[in-house]
Amino acid sequence: MSKKMHIQLTVNGEAQEFLAEPRELLIHTLRERLNITGPHIGCETSHCGACTVTLNGKSVKSCTVFVAQADGAEITTIEGLGNPDKLHVLQEAFKEHHGLQCGFCTPGMITRASKLLEENPSPTEEEVRFGMAGNICRCTGYQNIVKSILAAAAEMSASKEAAE
Amino acid sequence: MKDDAGVTREQRVEALGGMGCKRKRVEDARFTQGKGNYVDDIKMPGMLFGDFVRSPYAHARIKSIDTSAALALDGVVAVLTADDLRPLGLHWMPTLAGDKQMVLADGKVLFQGQEVAYVVAKDRYIAADAVELIDVDYEELPVIVDPFESMKSDTVLREDLVAEDGSLPDGAHGPRKHHNHIFTWEVGEKEATSQVIDSAQVVAEETMYYHRTHPCPLETCGCVASMDKVNGKLTLYGTFQAPHAIRTVVSLISGIEEHNIRVISPDIGGGFGNKVGAYPGYVCSVVASIVTGVPVKWVEDRMENLMTTAFARDYWMKGKISATPEGKITGLWCEVTADHGGFDACADPTKFPAGFMNICTGSYDIPTAYLAVDGVYTNKAPGGVSYRCSFRVTEAVYFIERMIEVLAIEMNMDAAELRRINFIKKEQFPYQSALGWEYDSGDYHTAWDKALKAVDYEGLRTEQAQRVEDFKTGKTRKLMGVGLSFFTEIVGAGPVKNCDILGLGMFDSCEIRIHPTGSAIARLGTISQGQGHATTFAQILASEIGLPADSITIEEGDTDTAPYGLGTYGSRSTPVAGAATAMAGRKIRAKAQMIAAYLLEVHDDDVEFDVDRFVVKGAPEKFKTMKEIAFAAYNQAIPGIEPGLEAVSYYDPPNMTYPFGAYICVMDIDVDTGEVDIRRFYALDDCGTRINPMIIEGQVHGGLTEALAVALGQEIAYDDMGNVKTGTLMDFFLPTAWEVPNYETDHTVTPSPHHPIGAKGVGESPHVGGVPCFSNAVNDAFRAFGLRHTHMPHDHWRIWKTANKLGLHG
Amino acid sequence: MIPAAFEYYRPKDMEGVLAVLTEHGDDARVLAGGHSLIPMMKLRMAEVPHLIDLQDVAGLGGISVSDGTVRLGAMVTQSDIIADAVLADAAPIMREASLQIADPQVRYMGTVGGNVANGDPGNDMPGLMQCLDATFTLIGPDGEREVAARDFYESAYMTAREDDEVLTAVSFKVPEGGYAYQKQKRKIGDYATAAAAVQIVKEGGTCARASIAMTNLSDTPVYSEAAGAALVGTSVTDSDIDAAVQAMLGDIDPAEDNRGPVEFKRHAAAVILRRAIARAWSRA
Repeated sequence: MSKKMHIQLTVNGEAQEFLAEPRELLIHTLRERLNITGPHIGCETSHCGACTVTLNGKSVKSCTVFVAQADGAEITTIEGLGNPDKLHVLQEAFKEHHGLQCGFCTPGMITRASKLLEENPSPTEEEVRFGMAGNICRCTGYQNIVKSILAAAAEMSASKEAAE
Repeated sequence: MKDDAGVTREQRVEALGGMGCKRKRVEDARFTQGKGNYVDDIKMPGMLFGDFVRSPYAHARIKSIDTSAALALDGVVAVLTADDLRPLGLHWMPTLAGDKQMVLADGKVLFQGQEVAYVVAKDRYIAADAVELIDVDYEELPVIVDPFESMKSDTVLREDLVAEDGSLPDGAHGPRKHHNHIFTWEVGEKEATSQVIDSAQVVAEETMYYHRTHPCPLETCGCVASMDKVNGKLTLYGTFQAPHAIRTVVSLISGIEEHNIRVISPDIGGGFGNKVGAYPGYVCSVVASIVTGVPVKWVEDRMENLMTTAFARDYWMKGKISATPEGKITGLWCEVTADHGGFDACADPTKFPAGFMNICTGSYDIPTAYLAVDGVYTNKAPGGVSYRCSFRVTEAVYFIERMIEVLAIEMNMDAAELRRINFIKKEQFPYQSALGWEYDSGDYHTAWDKALKAVDYEGLRTEQAQRVEDFKTGKTRKLMGVGLSFFTEIVGAGPVKNCDILGLGMFDSCEIRIHPTGSAIARLGTISQGQGHATTFAQILASEIGLPADSITIEEGDTDTAPYGLGTYGSRSTPVAGAATAMAGRKIRAKAQMIAAYLLEVHDDDVEFDVDRFVVKGAPEKFKTMKEIAFAAYNQAIPGIEPGLEAVSYYDPPNMTYPFGAYICVMDIDVDTGEVDIRRFYALDDCGTRINPMIIEGQVHGGLTEALAVALGQEIAYDDMGNVKTGTLMDFFLPTAWEVPNYETDHTVTPSPHHPIGAKGVGESPHVGGVPCFSNAVNDAFRAFGLRHTHMPHDHWRIWKTANKLGLHG
Repeated sequence: MIPAAFEYYRPKDMEGVLAVLTEHGDDARVLAGGHSLIPMMKLRMAEVPHLIDLQDVAGLGGISVSDGTVRLGAMVTQSDIIADAVLADAAPIMREASLQIADPQVRYMGTVGGNVANGDPGNDMPGLMQCLDATFTLIGPDGEREVAARDFYESAYMTAREDDEVLTAVSFKVPEGGYAYQKQKRKIGDYATAAAAVQIVKEGGTCARASIAMTNLSDTPVYSEAAGAALVGTSVTDSDIDAAVQAMLGDIDPAEDNRGPVEFKRHAAAVILRRAIARAWSRA
């Protein structure tokens, strides 16, 4: 064990402070320490994306980030995207278009998709497939995930237009 | 027709959300918000973590294990070795296949990654550090990774299965031919088949290897064991596809009485067969919790998952198929050498050591057939689970669908036509197959014609012929393959008379309680791993009992509350538990009928069920809704009828179900790089009555994608030293959205005649039918250049090798 | 997969980095994006008692194009490269290559410095840098020095960088002519089975200059001077391309792995290079 360091994070808008070993992986910090269990552990070698969170505005795989690296960071997880009273458009779209089955990849998938749509609000199907290629799903064959994301993009564009 | 409230009958049907509608999933609210509750999400006060020391060698004797440095590490609570488990009789455990398996290495190891010692520590970081501190002294032994070599080798892999005088006691499935041999399983008529084939005018032969792979659900296996020493009760949370069976196994091997064990399968992040078996991690966690008196969690990492808990396939299949000059198949011969690894831990019904491999006559009317399977030990991981299929059905369907193609080549016939000539005809059902099954229902010709028409099959062949010409004249370097597959599955195991696991009959169950206000809870012996049971079982019930699906909670996976059932795998949930649900619903309805008759003051026979109510025959304005009846069941004293409205059904299916389908794949292959582009995939499934088309479609997409992976690259590969070469997701191929095409889905409906609602099951069909379809497409692309057969997986270099052998690289 | 414990440092400046490196020698490693190093640490295949995070060190970011030179700070990520319009205009091969590295999440973290300095033969940037004849800037206790990318790689994970040095930037002249980064891989997230970086200058229908390097076909990236030379002065016909390919095949030394046997690797190298040259020529 190495000496613990003082860590400060903002997770889903809430400030967090604690002592942790620097080697603690961010996914464990979220899941074990902060009880934010939406992000999951799938492959542990940064291939599957089940642990995807948004860290300082980037989609990252939190299994491959030490908590020490994240000291001072702002993090958004699936828990920060919507709430039971007002789901994120993507959460609604995944429900509507059967974009999930076992649900294990879903938090990472939706978190990644939210960033993708932020950067590219009107993606083509090909852009969605390429932009989501860091997230593995074993159940759906992706077809309905792609459909869900495209539907969410359309919905978000429509409501943006309506607002303007 | 409208009722008093101005509601039409159609509106009443729609309001139920019953069978046949595309009901949205009730599970999704929690999953989309990150509020699923998976095993690794479970936390208990004082919980410790377990982690394994694993063997780096595939075959070695263990000379010593030094745990002292690990035990000295702050935060380490215990280290278990086989010596600690021996006094409890838990250093070995029974497997589902009648063999036994070391829980922790007992003097030797038989595969790389085998469990050697189990560390229990305050957190997973300390546990991982302690694992590094355990010093194991190994003496390497000769490694065997090839089953044919194993059957000739002097090296004894399992000394425990050789008597002191050197003789070989029978195994769980009869006599053994060699010290590394496990069983021989024969079905069909050997002599007769041999004669038919020897005297036939046309015979095609081929040997094919169905490579070893792994189900690899996104969530790995894990558990939390919690022994409450005060009350003597053990609670075991885990990634279990069969929670009740796990409870019974735990009771049998631990001696804890079954009523003192509660097994809970929480949300499961995909199973695909990986989570059927009982693994050393579960046993060690239970022991550790008993020893320490606090909860112990164990969750394997991805590498451990790929290397140790379960594998699938690894079948060498040698086939012969004979036919008349017109193409009518007369006989089929199949000899299998099955690599089971170091222990026979296959998850099959007891009487079927090679599962339902004897469905290998496929969708064809083959009068004579013979199957022999030899199971063999090697220095590979144990397993042999059914990866998204009923027991060994993927292997069987791949075998016959490749043999048909090989026969078509032999006869210079179109493979679609050859299939058509040999399909079992609609009027032949129920059909007795030469290898002992009774196919319940089918209409293969209709499905096949619909599929061929949908893709313009003749047009594809014309295009392909042109492509071959263009290739030969140097206009293109891409070949076009048209993959065909027509599969018949055998799922829904199964009738108790011939299907059991560890002596437990493979029935399933449903218990329903209707609440006074007209809502309900139903509990089943199955467990969803993404199939959406909470959605679809409620739909079955809604149609059966006339209460809205939205008012019905489905609960699974808790052995303290659910009735006994054998779990979810082998596409058995809908065929067995779905039937139990319908039958339990009918019991509810029968009692409701008596209550309705009492309330309406008519004879029981004078009321009839109509959507959501009982009406007086001939007087539809006189009725009682199920909601009213439910309330009456609790608030009225009805002569001769007990209060309450509950039912339970244990359903022993009279037969398996036989879903079928027609798949066609069009692909382009870059002959130079070996890269494959799936241009089109059409999938027609007939799973009988369709409960929820949206969920069926999702299952088909997913199963096809797992089929694509297996056919095109997903492999557990070993080197000659028994090292796993594909232990991470860098090398173990799980396709991303980028590598996967869009699929076209279609269907016909041929209900199962023996199932209460006619449903057959669908989750595994696309995998079973998909693998040969992708593989046939690759093989077909090279047919014009003389290829008969090339083994999977069809990754880039193997396709290049095929093209190279055919001289296509100039 | 849990890494062993380590001491963590997050210095604000290069002096701080060098101080730790000097004190701990090869017991210390710098961490950029971490997506090569952290998985190795988690698998306990890399032991790093002292880990120096570069994220707060000033002066390691930024993409600049001026006076005909492109400069990328070591901490520039692949996603920065993809998003940078000026760079895409000056050296479009950088974007084309970056899009073929790993997946979106990894590209947010993966840095050019980490990719070139790590010495993993599977990484894409080293071959690309050799094609572009880039220069790596290293800083150590004795100050700064520059090493040509073509001289940097010695063997797998062994480079000209000393243990107490840090790679701070890569720079190269704005490339001219047509370009192509062609990569064959098994799936998104995989290393190359074979990858080729090609820059070709065309003058009056003939090839005036050509620079060719390949990735993951030896224990270092392979810059083949002979392959480029084979094209110079030709009109890059099929037979000229064949000559370049033959030259390259003389320089590569692939090893068998799960992507295939040596014979296939050599075949794939030829196919990929042929396609890369043809595409670069078509853009020249």
